[in-house]
Amino acid sequence: MTTPSTVIDTNDTIAKRWRRATEEPAWIRITLITIALTFLTLFLVLPLTVVLYGAFERGIGVWYAAVSDPDALSAIRLTLLIVAIVVPLNTLFGVAAAWSIAKFEFRGKSILISLIDMPFAISPVVVGLIFVILFGSQGWLGPWLSAHDMRIIFAVPGIIIVIAFGTLPFIARELIPLMQQQGKEEEEASLTLGANGWKTFWYVTLPNIKWGLIYGIILCNARAMGEFGAVAVVSGRIRGETNTMPLHIEVLYNEYMFTAAFAVSSLLTGLALVTIAIKSAVEWNEERRQRIAAA
Amino acid sequence: MSIEIDHVNKHFRDFVAVDNVSLTFRDGELTALLGPSGSGKTTLLRIIAGLEQPDTGRIRFHGEDTTDLHVSERGVGFVFQHYALFKHMTVFQNVAYGLTVRPRKTRPSKDEIKQKVMRLLELVQLDWTAHRYPHQLSGGQRQRIALARALAVEPKVLLLDEPFGALDAKVRAELRRWLRRLHDDIHVTSVFVTHDQEEALEVSDRVVVMNKGRVEQDGSPEDVYDHPANPFVYQFLGNVNLFHARVHDGIARIGDIQLPAPEFQGYKNEQGQAYVRPHEIEVFAGREHADALHAKIELVSVVGPTVRLELRTDNSEELIHAELTKHRFRALGLAQGGDAWIRPTYSRVFLPDERVSNG
Repeated sequence: MTTPSTVIDTNDTIAKRWRRATEEPAWIRITLITIALTFLTLFLVLPLTVVLYGAFERGIGVWYAAVSDPDALSAIRLTLLIVAIVVPLNTLFGVAAAWSIAKFEFRGKSILISLIDMPFAISPVVVGLIFVILFGSQGWLGPWLSAHDMRIIFAVPGIIIVIAFGTLPFIARELIPLMQQQGKEEEEASLTLGANGWKTFWYVTLPNIKWGLIYGIILCNARAMGEFGAVAVVSGRIRGETNTMPLHIEVLYNEYMFTAAFAVSSLLTGLALVTIAIKSAVEWNEERRQRIAAA
Repeated sequence: MSIEIDHVNKHFRDFVAVDNVSLTFRDGELTALLGPSGSGKTTLLRIIAGLEQPDTGRIRFHGEDTTDLHVSERGVGFVFQHYALFKHMTVFQNVAYGLTVRPRKTRPSKDEIKQKVMRLLELVQLDWTAHRYPHQLSGGQRQRIALARALAVEPKVLLLDEPFGALDAKVRAELRRWLRRLHDDIHVTSVFVTHDQEEALEVSDRVVVMNKGRVEQDGSPEDVYDHPANPFVYQFLGNVNLFHARVHDGIARIGDIQLPAPEFQGYKNEQGQAYVRPHEIEVFAGREHADALHAKIELVSVVGPTVRLELRTDNSEELIHAELTKHRFRALGLAQGGDAWIRPTYSRVFLPDERVSNG
């Protein structure tokens, strides 16, 4: 009877000692956790609470009136339209760019990689100005465009172009390191097994990059909805026509309609939260599927 | 299905990976492509598979030119060093992959696929893993699944790129014997790449030794080991000691030791290098032979039943490696730091211009 208990005791001591050897002292752990939580509260939770509080301060009726205002509805419709066009476009570009950079060797590869980062480096206002200079009525292509009765600046196409430009790097940036690290052995295995390029992409590459792709799409989507600076320059801020949700919020704010501004803000924040919730749900579902299969 | 490699060249920028190689792999043969890293063996294998395109030269399967045929249409089974199993698919889905991606016209029915996959999993003795994921298997098991997956499409040729390179020594030895037996059963023309000479000699019907993109020697394992064609092959296949030798009238001299070198009959006072394997050096504790070379024992290492000695002779800077049984080592009463006398019993002399002789 005594022997087993001694054994357990020894194991316990070993386990304790081992834990201490690999972990930081308690005060470091507590300090780090406190810093992280304080920052999260100050810069994330607090603003979110303020937005929601401001939106519903005067009751749900006022909130509903603000978001169902024709100008607000138009802004929401425009924002959703932009997302529906820009996100698929940049998904296609991101996958193609990441694929070619990770799987092929070609001249100018390093230039392509740095070019992809450009939209991050340039200020959004400058991006807007670039396109005004290109397509505006005084711009290089302006006369040709007006001769053909096409409008890009101060119209929806211009907004789509600047947002597509601004969100270009998100998906490609997410996928390039992932695909480079995965190499091309699985794709080669698929090819030797008789699958063609398209089937290899669909059955082997896509499942392998799925999480990076979803994450990139969420970031791209969030930024496409929230983009302000470049849009402000090219949209012309025509109410009910070229105002996106962020622009509409600014208009409301400038007109001292704080509750309405907060109401639309809460909707924009809500849309972002919904995409994150969708991602978490997919992730959770996938994990559960794997667990069941493994058991 | 025989494979014919006809004057194939391949370079990457300035690096010549494959330098004008011509080879024929006979039907049903298991051939090892053996060489150090960077010798072009993997590139050659990938060219056969169609994963690389040669700069010049042709590849023929059974006389039919496949050089411009896409990988997916060549009908090769390819096994990768790091398995390259599809991580997100179960073992069953992995093995079934080659059949399920076929166009509907040639795709077998679900039942046929299931039967075939289970038969292959039984062949590699892993039928119980069908519903697991690759990450739940050990390295050796993964490689067997990769082999089953390659065999599922009934390839005309099987190509293996360092198939056991990522495994530990014991699993490696087991798997290569298993591969040999498997090959004896299914008889598909197979080529495998390795840098491990023991593996090449043990498993294959034929060994092709490569270096710097060229074929150094091509022959049976015994032939290649016993009669290396040149100094490179000698050094690559096992350890070897180099002695300065003088060749004169069919005799090679290392110091005072005389060894027959009948191929150098008629040669006068030529300087050459004698190649002597560690087990071809006799070691004595005393000066029993007048011509034996005196040496100091610098290191004794016991590796299982054999003892390896590192010795330094009076007039050489290079260490001499000798190998003897533990039994004999004990009988001689040798010790580290002590004196010994050594005498090569067999040597092979290469003159600087690569004329060869056995002694």
